[in-house]
Amino acid sequence: MLSDMKLEDIVGDYKESVLDLYGNGSRKVFYTDIETPYPDGKLIVSTTDKAGVITHVNQSFIEMSGYTEDELIGMPHSILRHPDMPSAAFKDLWDTVNRGKKWQGFVKNLRKDGGYYWVKATVIPNIRNGQVVGYTSVRRKPSRTKVNECIQLYPTLF
Amino acid sequence: MSYIFTVSPDFSPDHLSGWYIFNTWLQRQSGEAIHLELYDNFQAQRTAIQANKIDLIYANPFDAAMLVREKGFLPLVRAGNTSDEAIIAVSADSSVNDVAELLPGINVAVTEDPDVHMIGMIMLEAGDLDAGNINTRFYNSQVLIAKSLLQGEADVGIFLAKAFDDLSNLTKKQLKILVRSQISVIHHSLMIGPKLAGRRDEIQALLLAMNNDDKGKSVLNSLGFDTWIKVEDEEMEFMIDLMDTLII
Repeated sequence: MLSDMKLEDIVGDYKESVLDLYGNGSRKVFYTDIETPYPDGKLIVSTTDKAGVITHVNQSFIEMSGYTEDELIGMPHSILRHPDMPSAAFKDLWDTVNRGKKWQGFVKNLRKDGGYYWVKATVIPNIRNGQVVGYTSVRRKPSRTKVNECIQLYPTLF
Repeated sequence: MSYIFTVSPDFSPDHLSGWYIFNTWLQRQSGEAIHLELYDNFQAQRTAIQANKIDLIYANPFDAAMLVREKGFLPLVRAGNTSDEAIIAVSADSSVNDVAELLPGINVAVTEDPDVHMIGMIMLEAGDLDAGNINTRFYNSQVLIAKSLLQGEADVGIFLAKAFDDLSNLTKKQLKILVRSQISVIHHSLMIGPKLAGRRDEIQALLLAMNNDDKGKSVLNSLGFDTWIKVEDEEMEFMIDLMDTLII
């Protein structure tokens, strides 16, 4: 279960929202207008178990999210959930990977300090001996054109 | 019975003799008759893999999924302190300083090395470029990619980062790096096929001990490596999953 974000972690002017995390309760989040640019040439990589609990993160994940590795491992992946992301996007994600398919989409992620970063995310099921044992998510730098399209589109999906 | 060993066709020409030396070392150490068969291109090598002709391979990560999941290959080792990274570069006098400034219709110079090509295309994607709106020009070597930029045949080059770093200083001065990948987890691996699988642990142990003696060290150096690092099955599965997320 995710605890609420802490005000002392937030940098800059913030807004407040309560997210419904479907099966993981709710979470009070604080978010700002400060964007962290995606680092050139890097991939952000994580793996989760079948329930979406983080089992591995790479260094880029740690740097971009602002959390430590210890704070991330064992937490639901929705620790990055930003209030500007429509729940329909995540429903589509889970529906797709549960069918054993690859999902791709543009995602605005929430940092520990309340800031955000955009990614192009790809999620695939990890299949071992014919069974889904978890999921790998890899994010890459999104094009600004695509991000601007999502900034227009996502508010219409609530 | 003789086994067939092959090497991903993107190996540096400087290490051609090194792979023959390594093959000789491997035969002596393992007591198996192993023939080194080199292919001119990836397609010819994949045809041989599909026909079950290959028993050992120093494989491009792009082919790892097919080798493991379709052909029953298992990972042995990878070279220490190396990973496959790509560089996007333009001519030094180009006005472009960021991938986002590149425009559709440009000529992009690449080699047939599939993983470097893929990593390069992912970096170009951030500039709204994809295979459908660029002209891809294939060259036989990294040096020829550099030449194509300097001569104005290509606007952008996708280089294997290590090969770019090995270009002469004079050439590098005439080029400008826009992006260098820092992925770290994509690498070539030495893999063993089903016919030799019974000897996997033994051959893996021989390889891992290679840098413990002068002869082994000198063979490794002839390949441009310092040491081999063990690749666990799950590490290989992780890389295959990761590659799967990147293939567009």
